[in-house]
Formats: sequence, C-alpha cells, structure tokens
Amino acid sequence: MIVAFRNILAIAALVGAPTLINAEAGGDPERGETLYRQCARCHQIGAGAVDRVGPHLNGVFDRSAGQSEGFGYSEGLRRAGANGLVWDYDTLDAYIEDPRALVSRTRMNFRGIAGQQDRDDLLAYLRTFSDDPSNIPESAPTAVAVDHEVAPEILAIVGDPAYGEYLSGECTSCHQASGEASGIPSITNWPAEDFVIAMHAYKDGVRAHPVMQMMAQRLSNEEIAALAAYLADIE
Amino acid sequence: MKFNRRAFLGTAAAAAGTLSAPLLVRADGHGKPRVVIVGGGAGGATAARYIAKDSKGEIDVTLIEPTRTYYTCFFSNLYLGGFRSMDSLGHSYGTLAAEYGINVVHDWATGVDRDAKTVATAGGHSIPYDRLILSPGIDFVEGAVAGWDVSSQNKMPHAYKAGSQTELLRAQIMAMPQGGTYAMVAPPNPFRCPPGPYERVSMVAHMLKEVNPTAKILIADPKEKFSKQGLFEAGWNNHYAGMIERVGPDFGGDNVTVDPEAMTLDIDGETTNVDVCNVIPAMKAGLIAHQADITEGNWAPVNAADLSSKVDENIHVLGDACSQGDMPKSGFSANSQAKVCANAVRGALTGSTVFPARFANTCWSLIDTNNGIKVGATYEATDEKIAKVDGFISQNGESAEVRQTTYEESVGWYDGMTADMFG
Repeated sequence: MIVAFRNILAIAALVGAPTLINAEAGGDPERGETLYRQCARCHQIGAGAVDRVGPHLNGVFDRSAGQSEGFGYSEGLRRAGANGLVWDYDTLDAYIEDPRALVSRTRMNFRGIAGQQDRDDLLAYLRTFSDDPSNIPESAPTAVAVDHEVAPEILAIVGDPAYGEYLSGECTSCHQASGEASGIPSITNWPAEDFVIAMHAYKDGVRAHPVMQMMAQRLSNEEIAALAAYLADIE
Repeated sequence: MKFNRRAFLGTAAAAAGTLSAPLLVRADGHGKPRVVIVGGGAGGATAARYIAKDSKGEIDVTLIEPTRTYYTCFFSNLYLGGFRSMDSLGHSYGTLAAEYGINVVHDWATGVDRDAKTVATAGGHSIPYDRLILSPGIDFVEGAVAGWDVSSQNKMPHAYKAGSQTELLRAQIMAMPQGGTYAMVAPPNPFRCPPGPYERVSMVAHMLKEVNPTAKILIADPKEKFSKQGLFEAGWNNHYAGMIERVGPDFGGDNVTVDPEAMTLDIDGETTNVDVCNVIPAMKAGLIAHQADITEGNWAPVNAADLSSKVDENIHVLGDACSQGDMPKSGFSANSQAKVCANAVRGALTGSTVFPARFANTCWSLIDTNNGIKVGATYEATDEKIAKVDGFISQNGESAEVRQTTYEESVGWYDGMTADMFG
C-alpha cells in the first residue's frame, strides 16, 4: 500500500526533529523543471502542448490512466485505466520510480527515478500544470499530510483541554458550541470515552461519513483525547 | 473625542515601541494590546470573536464594519431559489458587542497608515492598532466585462455581495416574460465561492421551472472547467433538461460584451437579447487591502502559518482578499483561517500558546429541493503556502436519502457557521 508506506516514511522523518513540522510541501517545482528535461523529449507540457511520442502532461493529476483523448496508448496502460488507475501523487510517484513495476506492459521506455526527493521535485513541477485546488477544490492535493509534532508539554498531558479548545475551532464551523443541533448533531457534553471511540471509528473508516472521516484522519490520538476532554466539560 | 486622543497616544507609542520589547508589542500608555479588524464577515467576525473570547479581556478588540445588519453571501443563492428569506440571512453585531466586549464601529475604513499603525475611517476617526486584521472580501476588477461598470449594476446586477443586489436580481427574475432569457456572465479564476455561480444557475432554474417553465438560462463562461462540474451538469440534466446552455471559452465564452441599455449580451460577436443579465465580473481583494499597499496584483499575499501579510508583519489578511495557496475563496475558508490567525495574534500579543495551523473547508451546493452536494478538503501550512492534503466530493448516482442528508447538513452548517461568527 503506497499511501501507508509514504506516511511511514514521513513519520520516520519526524523522529528527532525538534521543530514544529507542518505538511510535507511535496517538492521544489523549480528543481523539478530541470529534472523534467529528461521527460521532455517525449512528453510536452504547458501552453499549446500536444501529444508526441508520449501524451502531453497538462492536467495529468486526477486523470484516469490511458484516457487522454486521441493518444494511442499501450493496451497495458489502457487496461490499467479501465481497472481504475487514476493518476494522483502516489500513483505517479510509483510509476515514475519504476514504470514497469506499476504497469508491466507500458510502452514508456524509461528506467525510472530512484531518488524520492527527485521524484517529489518532478511531481511538484508536474502538479503546476493540473487543476489548482483553490479554483477546483476537488482537484488533487498538493501536499502530503504528516502527523503534527506538537510541543512535548502538550503531548505529555493526555487530553489537554486547552489544546482541545483550540482544535474545537474546526468542529464549531459546523457543530454548534451551544449544543444546538439542526441537521448536524451536537458534540457537546459527551462522556470523553464515547467521544474518543466515535472519533477513532471515523478515523479508521468504520463510521461512514466523508467529512468526519477526513477530519478524524488527521487528528492524532492525543488530539482526539484533547478534544474529548474539552468538549466533555464545555458549558 | 476618544479616537483622536487614542490616535495621538498610539503614534507616540509606535515610535517608542520600535526601540524595545520586540516580542510582546504593546502600546505604552494603554493598558492592553490592541487588535483592529476591518470587515465583519466570515473572516473578520470570527477573528474578533475568537480573540475577544480566548484572551478573556487581555486584548482590546475593535471591529470596523459599515453595515449594521450583515447579510451572508453564503446561502444567498437559496434566497434566489425561494428556499430562504432574506431576513434569515441577516445578522447583527449586538452579541459581539454585548457579550464579548468587542468595540463594533459602524464606519468605512478608508486607509491604513502602516508607519503610524492607524486605520482611518470615512467618519474621520483614526484608530490605532498593534495588530491589524483585514478581512474586506472582494471588489470587482474595473473593465473586466466590456460594457459593464458599477453604474450598470442596477440594470445588470452582480448579486455577488449579498443584500440589496440579491433582492434586485430576484425581483428581475420574477419579472421575466414567459419564455424569457436569464443570462449569466461567469467570472474567471480565482473568485469567491467556486461553485457559487453554478449553484445560482441551479436555484434560478428551480425558480423558473415553477413560475416560468419555458424560460432559458444562458451562461457565458471564460473557464474551461468549474468546481463540481460533473455533479452540476448531471443535476441540470435530471432536473432542468433543455433549460440551461453554457458557452465555454472554446465557443467564445471568454469574449463577452454587454449593453445594459439595450439589454443585450454579445458572445464572440453573436448578440442575444436577454431579460436578466447577471454579470459577475473578475474579482480582486476588497479596496482597503489595496489602499494599505499590501497587495501584489489583485490579492494580498500572506504567510500560511498565521495569515500575516508578506509585506507587513503587523497586518494579517483573511478570506477572499488574501492569496494563500490551495484554499478556495469561501466563507468556510475565511472562518477557518480566522481561527488560526486569532490563535497566532493572541500568542504574539499576550504570549499564549500558539498551536500548529490547520485548516478545513467544505462547500455545500443545492441543485434542487433536497438535492444537496458537497466538496471539502483539509489543508495545512507549508513554508510556501496553505497546501491541500486530503479531500472528498459527492458522487453522481448517490441515493435521494444521501442527497437530502447533505442538504440538511448544509442547513445545520449555516447555523453552526453563523453562531461561530456572531456568537
């Protein structure tokens, strides 16, 4: 599972890093532009790009594999697309690392790029030619989520209500702090344990709701505990 | 006069302040650090409330907002569709003043003196700040649509700032002759509320289907693609078959001239007589951001971690007016940014704990009665920008129950969001 693998790498990178780390930016597009030269012999990109030896790469993020109209793909790539292969950060990363490992009968005659940083930079460059999430919010992410490294004094206190109060700002955009419920359920004054169980059920995908799953997936265990502690006693 | 005296003290303090105490900036001669917020919408009202609430009186918060009743732009399309009253979109600042001790000043901010750290208002006041938060929303780019300027907005309303413009547009739609044409000139990227124009088309279609079923909707669009396009187009086919025509840039939707006197819309040389023409021009940051000289092009660039201006560290810019990276310009985004900013500003002024920035957005849209859709994402601060890390979107083919639940959620969200803004 590529996604899990990347997250493990990201978490490993955090160990021993004392500073506050935010999302992984995903690479340096300027360096990626230089790296792209080895791709440019076959793949055009940017204004006026057309298919040549390989398909143009405008809008490649979010596109199904083998589906760019008018290009004659290998049977292998077409079939991969029909089977649900969509180009996103992780699938492109795997393809560029070793094309034939992902699509065994691709015609792309390229040995691959071994270095993660090189691939990150190249993908950051490619990403600038696909839809921008600020205009098309559903378009592909530009960064990889990592666990927050929170100051040790916060982590030390399991269920720190002060941190929970800050985190609850994300909840109260929809759930009312007063406890009133209309279309969106109340989350105030739950027993802390019930709250923790419910949030972990969303985090693990057991409880079905796309918004709540998304919100819960990026809360650490300590953050869920902090929220539970704050919301349990909210007035 | 309170403000003038404060302005004098503030200026003196600002001069003294540069020599000492760089960490906790505080105006000497005034007991508390001062935060001034311009704009009382999703960004500004939220920031004011959170700073006042969480600082527990340690910070003096002033909110400058010209209108006494704020009409939310979000959900104003539902007013056009007949799902909400205009009254239900109106909110007062009474609770922010009475329960949170926020100094609400109903006035126009007309300038920022960044050296003196004061905000000038149309009413003649000069209000000093230690930190300034600008959340002015949008203004329109002059000359963006040939033939249209603000003086034509009564004949061809934009209705992209909620209130009288929205009421005017609805009145014009209701007055259309049977079989008439509602035209929309859609804006180029980036603009407030990416799904907004297309939800509006859905709501106008819903209204016309009831009162004027032979009417037509014509959209001139400079963009190749738009948010939730597949969901909207499937919805239009299911609910409003044959009513809606969209002309994209491949057929000249980016080459538009309007004539507000003749009520005509010219798309790539082809002139159409229309009965309503909803012109939504290209947008830029609200005027005060330009007057403060912190913009680059149309928007004010900000740092991701605390929404501070890249030009002036004592100014923060929230919501539609800032350029921050991947978040769409939306009320939800502004509210989310406001809470991160409030936490950072409070930390800078009082030394309180600054937690890591985290952002979220969800845009709900209504296609027809009980047919709601949504798109959302979470975002985090990187060194370069606010970057998207995860997201979801409604799917075509969802059951009627799911769509109804999504709509009911959006109604609940409206109550939650406005409670988060106005208390």
